[in-house]
Amino acid sequence: MSLTRLLAVAKKEVLHILRDSRSLSIVIIMPVTLMLLFGYGVNLDLKGLPVYVYDQDGSQQSQDLLKRFQSNEYFHIVRAVDRYSGVTRALDDGDAKMGIVIPWNFSQRLSEGGPVEVQALVDATDDNTANLLIGYAQGVMQGYSSGIEIDWLRKHGQSIQPVSVSVQTRTWYNENLDSSAFIIPGVLALVMSVIGAFLTSLTIAREWERGSMEQLISTPVTAMEIMLGKLLPYFVIGMFDVAVCALIAIGWFHVPFRGSFLTLAGSSALFMIVVLALGFFVSVIAKSQLAASQIALLITFLPAFLLSGFLFAIEQMPVALQWITRIFPARYYVSLLKQIFLKGSPAAMLAADLLPLTAFALLLALVATRSFHKRLE
Amino acid sequence: MLGRLKQMLIKEFIQVLRDKRTRFILIVPPIVQMLVFGYAATFEIHNVSTVVLDQDHSQESRDLVSRFTSSPYFNVQRQLTDSRQIRDLIDRGDATVGLEIDAGFAQKLRKGETAPVQVIVDATNSNTALIASAYITQIALGFAQSYQTDRINRIAPQMIEQMPSVSLEQRPWYNPNLSSRWFFVPGVIGSLTTILVITLTSFAVVREREIGTLEQIMVTPIRPVEFILGKTLPFFLIGLFDVSLIALVGTLWFQVPFRGHIYVLFTGAVLFLICMLGVGLLISTVSSTQQQAMVTAFFFIMPAITFSGFGFPIATMPQWLQYCTYLSPLRYFLVVLRGTYLKGVGMDILWPQMAAMAGLGLSLLTIAVLRFHKALD
Repeated sequence: MSLTRLLAVAKKEVLHILRDSRSLSIVIIMPVTLMLLFGYGVNLDLKGLPVYVYDQDGSQQSQDLLKRFQSNEYFHIVRAVDRYSGVTRALDDGDAKMGIVIPWNFSQRLSEGGPVEVQALVDATDDNTANLLIGYAQGVMQGYSSGIEIDWLRKHGQSIQPVSVSVQTRTWYNENLDSSAFIIPGVLALVMSVIGAFLTSLTIAREWERGSMEQLISTPVTAMEIMLGKLLPYFVIGMFDVAVCALIAIGWFHVPFRGSFLTLAGSSALFMIVVLALGFFVSVIAKSQLAASQIALLITFLPAFLLSGFLFAIEQMPVALQWITRIFPARYYVSLLKQIFLKGSPAAMLAADLLPLTAFALLLALVATRSFHKRLE
Repeated sequence: MLGRLKQMLIKEFIQVLRDKRTRFILIVPPIVQMLVFGYAATFEIHNVSTVVLDQDHSQESRDLVSRFTSSPYFNVQRQLTDSRQIRDLIDRGDATVGLEIDAGFAQKLRKGETAPVQVIVDATNSNTALIASAYITQIALGFAQSYQTDRINRIAPQMIEQMPSVSLEQRPWYNPNLSSRWFFVPGVIGSLTTILVITLTSFAVVREREIGTLEQIMVTPIRPVEFILGKTLPFFLIGLFDVSLIALVGTLWFQVPFRGHIYVLFTGAVLFLICMLGVGLLISTVSSTQQQAMVTAFFFIMPAITFSGFGFPIATMPQWLQYCTYLSPLRYFLVVLRGTYLKGVGMDILWPQMAAMAGLGLSLLTIAVLRFHKALD
């Protein structure tokens, strides 16, 4: 293997990238775009959701109850309607996420005694939102009911101490339950999948499609030199993008960074090798750019998005799928990123993810080299 | 005119369907993605690994812990003896929730003071932490409620019958089991169609330009309109085929109910496909290589999906971003998809979405055709 020849191939590839302004722009703009998209676009902490109310009673008591909902930061009472269909229509339209219906005999039952039910109609198309809404509404209701009970007992000569349990929750690693702190570290894995697998597989598939790869092969350059020379520029770009993303995460979105930059660089380099090898392999087996891009999407970007714990918790998936996530390297990288950014775990704790990632890097590099050799023969 | 168009259509279909890999792309990746999404995409939480440190050892504290043990949302794995263990287990990721009941819990309850429960949640996944915290609060409130009822029952059993109490009757509409799958499956139909139709359309035109066959076609007597129709109609039909395929898999495999009318969904799909064809054509007019087309498509697809309300509620985005979401055709199609699947609503509710898609689609297509004309002249 000659370094001169390797660098010559790399130089040619760099020229390709520099000449094509669009490819160059993806290298710089794409990481920034993805960071901003997920940083601003994803917020799962719901506040001020639109609520419609239908107060059939219209009494002092029912208004008191509604005030409790109004003063809760999670609800925003946008409208009071005077018909049941007003609530159902708003849910159908999507104008309201919840409708509170207070029965006509609400205050009467409160003074006479006995249980009374208030209805909460919730748009559960989005189960996550619905779940949180129901939880918060139950909380408001229990607080109200407990007060009513104690008051009534006092009025009837029974002095009783109210029972109160306070839950003091501390959320570690992400103290403000900030969605962006949870999402953004994982975006690095997405960016690298795109740069590594997507872009590489397309570039190389193009050479096959146009026949210029055969020309390259007929020169004295060896297979290894072609492969390394082609991938080296993308490796550098990928690492540059990691640095850009980390800067945006820390500087712009104020995601905590508690680990060391060295482990970030090390694990990113490993993952970069993984995606580059995958991209190269795909371009060798898929003849056309269309096929290469679709397959690259399917085996790198999609797993990085869905099966890595980037957004959806792996522990909550069906057990069979949990096992499948283990064969996608993105899982280990995303786990490393979250630990490095949020937890600042010591190296010993990272080993559980670093070891499989290293193994994947070696294995895939080998597979990519083999497949390329075979294609040449 | 019709004769030439027919020939063009035949050529396009042969070109798309002759290649084994392209046939593969049209069928396998959409199905795989549908299945993976259906299983992986969930914000539900079940069996969150929980550890408990009960330093009170009272009837009350045991009662509270047993409420966690019997809850499907928590999986109480260990009872600890030392508060340092909690820190260690959460650091290592072996537990997500740590529950700590200090000595004196029962005494405070009996005296009517506020009894604290310390909760530590690993918030690296802020969504899991958010929902888990909501459930923890619900369980604690439920405990307080029944403790109060018990106390009243002891002191004044004759009064409990007459005592007023208010409860919330929750009715999660459209998705009574609060299943994440029901939320995501209709959304996946929309986003997969976006990805597929845009890439296919833009690639089809750019490919001809890249390999030089576009010039060959231009010297034939075919008119630009016929060429554009010939290029887009096949992908329109393929798009419809794929929408039906994905929808069928989603409905039959994941048992998501379809409550609306097929014709409403079909109308929405047609309008949406027009938008996507417009975008695909537009991309092809600004790209000269397939790689450029891919990159440009990616820049459109990512924001279009993120801002569509596909997985992340639009209501929690910053206001300026909420305005941007109106530009994503997918936003409207998702309302149609979820409206017909889960809500079972018809045109009377969905017409604004249809109108928006028709408007966007026509303008996109007009701009694309005008630009295309120019590019051909």
